[in-house]
Amino acid sequence: MKISFVLNDRPTTVEVEPSMLLSEVIRETLSMTGTHVGCDTSQCGACVVHVNGKSVKSCTLLAPAVEGADIRTVEGLSGDTGPLHPMQQAFRDNHGLQCGFCTPGMLMAALDLVSHNPDPAESDIREWLEGNICRCTGYQNIVKSVIAGAAAMRQAS
Amino acid sequence: MKPFAYHKPDSVSAAVALLAAHANAVPLAGGMTLVPTMKQRLAGPDHIVDLSGIAGLSGVSMDGGTLVIGASTRHADVASSELVLAKLPALARLAGRIGDQQVRHRGTIGGSIANNDPAADYPAAVLALGADIVTDRRSIRADDFFIDMFETALEPGEIVTSVRFPLPDAAAYCKFANPASRYALAGVFVAKTGDAVRVAVTGAASAVFRAGDIETALSESFEPSALERISIDASGLMADIHADSEYRAQLVMVMARRAVAMALSPG
Repeated sequence: MKISFVLNDRPTTVEVEPSMLLSEVIRETLSMTGTHVGCDTSQCGACVVHVNGKSVKSCTLLAPAVEGADIRTVEGLSGDTGPLHPMQQAFRDNHGLQCGFCTPGMLMAALDLVSHNPDPAESDIREWLEGNICRCTGYQNIVKSVIAGAAAMRQAS
Repeated sequence: MKPFAYHKPDSVSAAVALLAAHANAVPLAGGMTLVPTMKQRLAGPDHIVDLSGIAGLSGVSMDGGTLVIGASTRHADVASSELVLAKLPALARLAGRIGDQQVRHRGTIGGSIANNDPAADYPAAVLALGADIVTDRRSIRADDFFIDMFETALEPGEIVTSVRFPLPDAAAYCKFANPASRYALAGVFVAKTGDAVRVAVTGAASAVFRAGDIETALSESFEPSALERISIDASGLMADIHADSEYRAQLVMVMARRAVAMALSPG
């Protein structure tokens, strides 16, 4: 079946099997490998993308369910050559990543939080990122990064 | 995942017709249980009937003194609903602690109660509050709805359309969550309406159940101290790698006391 959606501001139409997951469509059909698949059981959050502005786990979403949706992946945060998004820059500046595998999901989840809570407290961030697992950092620097990224975004707006 | 045909009807009647017309067809709500189950091949439906395209199945409203929540209303929307926060804050709090934020953006109340996972949170609220489950063909009382593990009074092809919650005088839900899955190892919802107290326990047994001894004690005195001399029988409770049945029995009493304390001083 054919499905159409807007991906990172670009209208996109792809041929999919109904049993394909959104994560498969993004990574395999469209070759956009910024979105990661860690556990493939909706526990780890590496596959988080935005669907109609809300963070969801793309490994647990059937592709046909996103017909007509507005989807944003980590590739949509900054252009191919443009400067990093303030949240990405904050993760870089604050050592918010080590191996980087969880980072796309962390960024997308954090940006969803900041979109309706521009100045989140540490407890808000820790609660919001419950569904995102990082095995490197111990989370301290991720929390620091989100606080810094949110501050940078407030300043920019 | 096993291949299947995908249907997205735009009305309840069309969905019911599709489920009746096809063998091995299942309704898809938020998919937070069904999709992982299909990925593990624990389920292999030939037809998926996606309910998300049906207008009017989601949203929160008051009907007289009853809070009505559409079956497709997502957990995050119940958690942040000003109406739910004002009329039944215990339910908003419960919804805001299901799974994680990404799960709450997809999972629905109708899907949760129709699935009747033994450790799901919503069944405790529905049973303790004495809610009515409205389907495409009838209304089912909570006391008659939850049968056993993953089993409800729903007939094959029957779809939940809304849940109607009578408003209690005081209510609260407390759970001890598995830190990995956030499912309840034991969760207790207490609801006091007039002199009547209803208490529902989830996570501890093969399905949600009402705790009669706790209800009796709290009907006499709605205080945490009323439960100090009460215990529940561990013999019928679940045991797994996370908690044995004695530990679950202990957790139920702790969660019950905390829920009463919370109901007495919300916020």
